[in-house]
Amino acid sequence: MVKSKVISILQVSPLIIIFIFFFIAPLILTVTVSFWDYSDYALIPDFTFRNYHEIFEDCMIDLPDLCVTFKTYLSTLKFCIIVWILTLVIGFTIAYFLRFEVKTMTVQIVLFLLCTIPFWTSNVIRMISWIPLLGRNGLVNNFLLNIGLINQPLEWLLYSDFSVILSFVYLYTLFMIVPIFNSMLRIDESLLEAAYDSGASGFQTLVNVIIPLCKPGIAIGSIFVITIIMGDFITIGVMGGQQIASVGKIIHVEMQYLQFPAAAANAVILLVVVLLIIYVLTKIVDIRKEL
Amino acid sequence: MKNITRPKRFYYLATFFGIFVIFLYGPMFTIVTLSFQGPQGGLTFPMNGISTFWFERLWEGVGVIDIWRGFRRSIYLGLVVMMLTVIFSLLAGLAFRKRFFGESFLFFVVVSSLIMPSIVVSLGIGLEFQMIDDFLISLSEKFDIAMLSDFETSTGLYTSALGAHLTWTLPFGLLIMFAIFNRFNPSHEEAAKDLGANNLQTIWHVVIPIIAPSLVGIALFGFTLSYDELARTQQAAGSQNTLPLDLQGLTTTVTTPEIYALGTVTLAFSFAIIFSTLFVVNFLQRKRSSHGSDAGKGMI
Repeated sequence: MVKSKVISILQVSPLIIIFIFFFIAPLILTVTVSFWDYSDYALIPDFTFRNYHEIFEDCMIDLPDLCVTFKTYLSTLKFCIIVWILTLVIGFTIAYFLRFEVKTMTVQIVLFLLCTIPFWTSNVIRMISWIPLLGRNGLVNNFLLNIGLINQPLEWLLYSDFSVILSFVYLYTLFMIVPIFNSMLRIDESLLEAAYDSGASGFQTLVNVIIPLCKPGIAIGSIFVITIIMGDFITIGVMGGQQIASVGKIIHVEMQYLQFPAAAANAVILLVVVLLIIYVLTKIVDIRKEL
Repeated sequence: MKNITRPKRFYYLATFFGIFVIFLYGPMFTIVTLSFQGPQGGLTFPMNGISTFWFERLWEGVGVIDIWRGFRRSIYLGLVVMMLTVIFSLLAGLAFRKRFFGESFLFFVVVSSLIMPSIVVSLGIGLEFQMIDDFLISLSEKFDIAMLSDFETSTGLYTSALGAHLTWTLPFGLLIMFAIFNRFNPSHEEAAKDLGANNLQTIWHVVIPIIAPSLVGIALFGFTLSYDELARTQQAAGSQNTLPLDLQGLTTTVTTPEIYALGTVTLAFSFAIIFSTLFVVNFLQRKRSSHGSDAGKGMI
């Protein structure tokens, strides 16, 4: 048995080494550096709360007016909640259709792949492919002008909150579909028949049987969507025309100016927020059992 | 097949699904169309003639950036990430079938890596390599080490960027391995062992052929996720831009359909990879099911 334990450890060691060196050590460094001082050109090892202090500077004094930090977090949270609701509703509906309405296995696989394939292509390309549709002279505006619904091009279609939310939904609904679909696959159809036989309407079955059984999938999908959006700076950057603030963007800008300790402090706060969300969600489900 | 009368609900949901698919693929279709814009054409419709002008321009290179170098870098890096992802995930998947010390902690770490905001990982790895650089430079100054005399940086495609990509692809690989082994029937292995196969033989001749289609699936994840990865590479690629980094830069500077031509080329490349992989998976599965059992076929 000792031999088999040694083999297990050897088998898993490449994974351990990669994650220690490229994940755990970087995280520890980030936390450490968030307490360091810095000058224009160098990091100064120290133990100071300067970086954290600067983030929340004036936040308490100016209340009830919100400081930049709170505003940015609120704006990011706003995107998070809107996109979460949209991806959840769309993702659940698509998964429901695939699982319960498509009757043959082959069709199910083909349609599922149809939803999955874009995931394996470039996010940047898929983002910019909205530009010719949403731009001032884009397809949508031209169409609306032609049918006489509007008199002048809509300006809020592109480089706006709208285009950011649209792209998030476009890019990440899949992260909801897959785990919810996976949960639905485990639902025994006889349960649905039992509900029907007991006189439940379709809606009652959905609310009282299907949704509770999909809870793990919903939680996993939600973790994905929420964490991606909380840390995003690329989609908000490209689709927001570099005009919309986000937590990820603050960190990104600070890194470009080589203010690593400040970026690290922001990253730590972001991390704490995200971990809190995940902690709550993992209390609801045991992820490993769901695979 | 008998004719099933569908409830009304089916048609509503099918319509919704159809709209969703159009939503998914419509925009891609637009940029592919627009990349064939005539030489006088702009970034939006109407089409000003049809030509391959922008592809020719692309072939000559986009402005100052050598886009083909980024393309090659991304492919090579993707292939390395793919191989390591398959091998490491398979090994770890095998290990996780038995209990070992710290398994739940390791699982927790791997899953955290998947859902960690990419910018945090990117920042951490950037910091780590900067400190390694500082350390090596101070070392070379102190001891005058010849090997380090023209040392500049340890960040690079096959050091920091490779690591950053693996923190993103390995969790997918490991989760797929879990999914496989949760459904794996151990009686095949027991049969092999009863027939006198040792551990290595059992894995090589029994386990791997059975899970081969899924390993190809992991390879697909490994390659495509690395090939398209942007957020974690940002701070970790050093001065050598990968294709997605070049692309992101071009979104703000290029104002001609050339960028659509580039998008079309990368999309075509991705689709070629995806479809050939799906073809291979399908082929392996068919092959397996046709060789699955020789029960009732006699002794010889």
